This record gives sequence, structure tokens and C-alpha cells, in this order.
Amino acid sequence: MTDHSKDLERVFSRRAFIPFVTCGDPDIETTERLVRAMAGAGADLIELGIPFSDPIAEGPVIQGADVRALSSGVTTDDIFDMAERVRRDIDVPMLVMTYINPVFVYGCDRFMERCRRAGICAIIVPDMPYEEKGDLQPYCTKYGIKLISMIAPTSEDRIAMIASEAEGFVYIVSSMGVTGVRTSFSSNLEDMVAAVRRSTDIPCAIGFGISTPEQARRMTDFADGAIVGSAIVRIIAEHGRDSVPYVADYVRRMREELDRP
Amino acid sequence: MTGDDGLYGEYGGQYVPETLMNAVIELDEAYHRYIRDPEFLRELDDLNHRYTGRPSMLYYADRMTRDLGGAKVYLKREDLNHTGAHKINNVIGQCLLAKRMGKTRVIAETGAGQHGVATATLAAYLGLECEVFMGEHDVERQALNVYRMELLGAKVHLVSSGTGVLKDAVNETLREWTNRVSDTHYVIGTVMGPAPFPEMVCEFQSVIGREVRKQITEAEGRLPDCLVACVGGGSNAIGLFHEFVNDKDVRMVGCEAGGKGVDTDRHAATMTKGTVGIFHGMKSLFCQNEYGQIAPVYSISAGLDYPGIGPEHAYLKAMDRAEYVAVTDDQAVDAFEYLSRTEGIIPAIESAHAIAYARELAPTMSKDDIIVVNLSGRGDKDVAAIARYRGRDIHD
Repeated sequence: MTDHSKDLERVFSRRAFIPFVTCGDPDIETTERLVRAMAGAGADLIELGIPFSDPIAEGPVIQGADVRALSSGVTTDDIFDMAERVRRDIDVPMLVMTYINPVFVYGCDRFMERCRRAGICAIIVPDMPYEEKGDLQPYCTKYGIKLISMIAPTSEDRIAMIASEAEGFVYIVSSMGVTGVRTSFSSNLEDMVAAVRRSTDIPCAIGFGISTPEQARRMTDFADGAIVGSAIVRIIAEHGRDSVPYVADYVRRMREELDRP
Repeated sequence: MTGDDGLYGEYGGQYVPETLMNAVIELDEAYHRYIRDPEFLRELDDLNHRYTGRPSMLYYADRMTRDLGGAKVYLKREDLNHTGAHKINNVIGQCLLAKRMGKTRVIAETGAGQHGVATATLAAYLGLECEVFMGEHDVERQALNVYRMELLGAKVHLVSSGTGVLKDAVNETLREWTNRVSDTHYVIGTVMGPAPFPEMVCEFQSVIGREVRKQITEAEGRLPDCLVACVGGGSNAIGLFHEFVNDKDVRMVGCEAGGKGVDTDRHAATMTKGTVGIFHGMKSLFCQNEYGQIAPVYSISAGLDYPGIGPEHAYLKAMDRAEYVAVTDDQAVDAFEYLSRTEGIIPAIESAHAIAYARELAPTMSKDDIIVVNLSGRGDKDVAAIARYRGRDIHD
């Protein structure tokens, strides 16, 4: 088995583009084609969303994707199987994003063991704050899965505590509220990144609300990567099984803007 | 197990997005400071008395007792509170706390509408801005309560995401809280959510049990043999039970929504059918599948239509300190009609679940035994729905 625990180290060697996809929307076969296409179009790290019935950190776009995915009958096992297939011939690192309950009920040990087997290098759990990470951290460490920490605009005095223990990269939440395309972001984003950097050397990626190549470029002027979810999920919602070329084109345009000298 | 550390055995905790962490920490500190502040407690007592009308009566249900031919049945008349249910006990506490914390806006979820109405009421009284989130399916079931909240000056948001019932209203209120947290307090309506909510709501509702202890001691010279209350999230039940947890001879029974039957997929029987999970800020029991997807739940009662349960109840069950039984729609509707005819008291359909169990229990006990049923709310809001259940086409 290949060791993927070092995968994240090469992700941020350039301005990183991190696309998100809700697995199983509209079906797992389409997700597999999307992941391969995004990897080919220049994604640096792919975030695989495991759908949850009650995604409290998501806006309407990703909520809709979760509903479609769960209606398609997709399960956590199907998603790990898909990741494992993709991993055989795709080199771009992958991480999973899901809520604490699907992990906890699946069994934390079993879940992380499956992550490692599927070549997944990290996990993001938006409803598990620093104080509760003891539920997952031992299993993440056991299987070499990085548990990604999040910093929000309200974190303030918590930043040093969270960042000093963070691993992989730090996920900077760009704004208040839930996921979804935005035109404006928290005004103190640069300060947040600077505060994180005072406590850790690991990279910072910004997510929530980013949709245009220009926004991604601007974010990566001071951060190391840009995470895009809702803008991609919207394309998938519109084109369904035919969304692969549209998403690939979107990722390619992101890549070009981020690579522009 | 007081919940002081936010834990009840393995249950409880603080599972919320990072965006909310400073808010729940601030709330935790403020709650623990003010709950020991004599002036805050005086204000709370004063409003409980002057505004709600506390203490609520402990009513001896003489006709029901004679009809059932067993234990004496007492009803704790939370239905007589201002706004018609126990919900206001918690809302007064949280809204006073929100004011002390300098918050100017409160948001709340509601199922049956009782918690939304209570929150809108206190917001009007204390001059707070108020927005209430209610599942669209519940809005249909409880149309009058929507208008009532608007009349009180609240803005009501229809929640169409998910299954359009209570859990979806909670999801949407949590989302709104992450959107605007600095001036806003989320008045959670039951003993659920991240710490300190389960502990705090329990404390504000425990006025019920404290009064019962005093009242039953005055009436009977001793403690009751059994306490019976309905459970959705579990706030009226905890309000009654918590005070008696250390009185080992007092049996405690929570009645959850059995819907069309616990062997169908149309129920909200978390204690009977649920498994351990982490959702809505807490580790507790939930109706869910093997992948941790929360199950759609059902009950005739919008207030019990919730797939989880407060962590203290999960703990009381694990410790075998409290028992939990499922009561079906049919049994609850029968009890709704029974109490109306027998005592001239129309109970909330939620509370009717507890009445239904008391009807079964009382005849199995001796005439010297005492049952206290928490009559958590009045049934005016349910009359049209029950009429429709019985085939009479009446609308609010």
C-alpha cells in the first residue's frame, strides 16, 4: 500500500486549487468521472464530500447536492470504493469532508482504516471543533490521516490554540454563515492568515464562498490555497450526468488564473 | 451528572462549527455566572410569578383517579402558564440571560409552535428582535401559532429544506446563528444542543419539579411513586424528573412518540429505536441508519416529532434511572379525548402521550400510590387537527 500521509506536502508547492464535489450527486459513476476530470484539469487536492442528511454548515446549493446524492442511494462504502478505484491511476491527493455523525456511526477506527486503504490523506469535519477532536484524533494518527482544523472569522483568541496543534493545512473559513457563492468576504481574512502563521508553519487554504478565478487568485496572494465547493456543485446541479466537461473547463480556468505569472 | 462539564456519562458535548465556538463559550460563562447571581435569580422568579403565573397548580384528578381505579393521579398544570405550555419557563431564563449578555436579537426553532410563541412573547416583553424558524409541514399543522408569533412581532421563516419539520427548523436556526452571532442569541427550546444548553434548559425547567416536590409533600405528606411526562427533545420531562433523580423510590417514565407504531417507519421513538450518534451539537441517541444518516421521523404531535433526545435522558436510560415507553398516535388521540371528557381539561397532543401511559399505569398500582403527570401544555392548538384525525373537516 502506498503511503499517502505525505500527500499534502506537495499540494501547496504552487497556488493550490482545491475543488469539492458531493459524492453521489447525481450518482457515484458521475462523481468518479468528475474526480478524474478535475485531476486532469489541474486540481491540486480533491475534496470528496460524503453526503449527510442534515448538513448544518452548508448553504442551499450543497444541501441540494446532499439530498440528490442520498436519493441516489450512495453510501459511505460506495464512496470509499470509488476513491480506491480512482487512486489506482490518479496521483492527485484526495481528502474527505463530512459531518461527525457519519464517521462516528460508521466507527471512527473503521472509517480511518478505510480512508487509508482508499488513499485518502486527510479529513475535514465542520461540526467537530477543537474541543471535541479527541473523538477522531487518535484514529487519524493511527492511520496517518490528517485531521484538518478550521479557523472562522469569530475564532479570534482561539486561533493560536487551534493553529498550534493543526496538521496538514489550516482551513480558513472566509465568512460568517454557511457555504455558498459570495461576492464579499470577511474583512479581516489577511489578519486571520497572519495570526495562523504566527502559530504554525503549515499552509493555509481559504474556503466558503469562492467562485471566480479572480477571487481564488486574490485569496492565494496571501494564503496558500483556495477551496471551491458551491460553484462546482452548482454546475453539477445544472448539467447532472453531463457535467464533466463543464466542471473540467471550470477547473482549467482556475488553474490558468492561478498559474498566471 | 449535573452536566457541569457538559457531559452526562458518554453523552453531551459541544459539537458545533468553529464559527459558533466562541458564542457557546461566552454563553457557558454567562450562564454559570448569572445562575448564581441573586439579582438575576430574583428577576427570574419575579417574571415566573408575575408574568407566567407560577407556581402552576398540582391538580388532583379525582374523576380520572376514580375512573381508572388505581393510583391517585395528579396533573402538574403547566398548561395554565402564560402562552399555554411549559416552554415559557426556559424562554424567560434564556431571554433574561440574552439581555444580560447584551444581545439584541433572539432566534428560535419551533415544532408545534409553542416554543416559538413563548420566545416571541418574551421578545415582545423585553424589547428583543425575534425570528422563528418553523418547518413548512408544521406551519400547515399549526397555522394559528404562526399568526400568533407574527402578532407578537416576530418574523417567522418557513423551512422547506429536509423533511420540513422540527429537526430541519433546528438545522436552519443553527445556520442562521452562524450567519449572525455577535448580537444574536439562539433560544434553543429543549434540553438538546451543545453545552451549556442541555444543562441550562434543564435548570430553567426544573422549577416544575421543585414545585411538585413542595406541592405533593403538602398534599400527601410524601413523594410520588411515579412521574410521567412526554418526551420529544425532553424538556418538560427533565423539568419534572431532574429534581427527583436522587430519590431512588420515585419511578420516572418518559413517553415518546410511537406514531403509527414502532415497528413501522412512521414514528419518532428515539429511546426505543435509536442508536448513539452525534448531531445537533451533542452526543446522544438518534433515529438513524447504519451510515449515520438521520432518519425522517413522524408523529401526530409536531412537538414530539424529533429524531433525537436530550443527553441527560440518554444517560438516565443508560443508568436505568428512567424508563421510556412509546405511545402511538391512536393512544394519544384517545387520551386527548379522554382527559377532555373526564376532567374537562383539553391537553396538548404532546402531553396526551403522557396521559395515555398514565391511563395504563394507574390501574396496575394500588390506591395508596401516587402518579404525577406533567400536563406540559394545553390543547387548544390541536383541536382542529384532532377533529380532522377523527374525520371532521375543521380548519383553524
